[in-house]
Amino acid sequence: MVKDLSIQELEERFQEKINKDIKIEPNDWMPDDYRQTLIRQISQHAHSEIVGMLPEGNWITRAPNLRRKAVLLAKVQDEAGHGLYLYSAAETLGADREETIDDLHSGKAKYSSIFNYPTLTWADMGAIGWLVDGAAIMNQVPLCRCSYGPYARAMVRVCKEESFHQRQGFEIMAHLAQGSPEQKAMAQDALNRFWWPALMMFGPNDAESKHTLQSMKWKIKRHTNDELRQQFVDVTVPQAEMIGLTIPDKDLKFNEKTGHYEFGEINWDEFWNVVKGNGPCNKDRVETRRKAKENGAWVREAALAYSEKRQNRKSA
Amino acid sequence: MSKKEWPLWEVFIRSKAGLNHKHVGSLRAADAEMAIDNARDVYTRRSEGISIWVVPSAQITASDPTDADALFEPANTKIYRHPTFYDVPDGISHM
Repeated sequence: MVKDLSIQELEERFQEKINKDIKIEPNDWMPDDYRQTLIRQISQHAHSEIVGMLPEGNWITRAPNLRRKAVLLAKVQDEAGHGLYLYSAAETLGADREETIDDLHSGKAKYSSIFNYPTLTWADMGAIGWLVDGAAIMNQVPLCRCSYGPYARAMVRVCKEESFHQRQGFEIMAHLAQGSPEQKAMAQDALNRFWWPALMMFGPNDAESKHTLQSMKWKIKRHTNDELRQQFVDVTVPQAEMIGLTIPDKDLKFNEKTGHYEFGEINWDEFWNVVKGNGPCNKDRVETRRKAKENGAWVREAALAYSEKRQNRKSA
Repeated sequence: MSKKEWPLWEVFIRSKAGLNHKHVGSLRAADAEMAIDNARDVYTRRSEGISIWVVPSAQITASDPTDADALFEPANTKIYRHPTFYDVPDGISHM
């Protein structure tokens, strides 16, 4: 019986299941490190969706027309939904939702560093949809085949919704790029500011990435950071050319032999600096989330009190 | 601030008439009514459903995965329950 097996035997059985592409479900036995790795990754992913609402929320009231406003509103609402799917997935692993959120507010838990950059112009809504959501899709499509069932299922839903996000962003950029010289300059400026942070979204180079090897053995991750980053560059560069914008990288060139683009060195000092909390908006983002939780506390308490009151009335 | 959290609910959606409700995920809500409203917003933003069930997660009793072998073994040995177990001579149709 499974109950009498040693930890080592349980781990072997677990890895056998993974190797056979059998999904792991919440009540199945799993190594503690597997559980902790997933809780860390899924909660950081959830935080990224929720914090990711802020840079775009910044422009909802200033969208250039009603269509753009309705689209942006729908996109930001989707991000909230994605955060909820992911917090629920983390809960299936035994993570406490409130504690998870408090870890974000105390700075213990991280989120994608891209959201620590400010959104200065309307074109940034285009750059974020096109590049940031584009990079997120690259990361998330392989996660649909992740070994942990609830995470994989959440990713299927997220990916279905995310492709509209990228298209609406690209549409904004294409439109601006075909507009007046000022509009085109605004689009180029947004690309200049978001290109390198978008490449950083895939995380450190493979040689520096401490979690990659184990995560790939567990089939949480299916591709390395550098593989996904290369894929992103290869598909995005021609899109920029198509709409007449220039990728801000003087070392960028197509290698006929490999069929891939070669690109310049990423500024890793900047990456680590933002991860450590010193990006342009880190303090502001976390402060906004913390205030939202505190200021909403009385609403959550009132809703619960109301529900209890009605329960008591029913049973009386 | 109170530490009491809203309860967890499991959400089931019927995608169209004629199909059964299917588990789609979970969410937190103060009561059943709010759970339905939240499920509408979280799980049916793109016309994924025409009917929603919500069930308090605490009310679900699940089988234990470590008992799965013993629980489902009886079915594994009864292959004669499948039509492919039987030989049907050539020339016989409508069977």
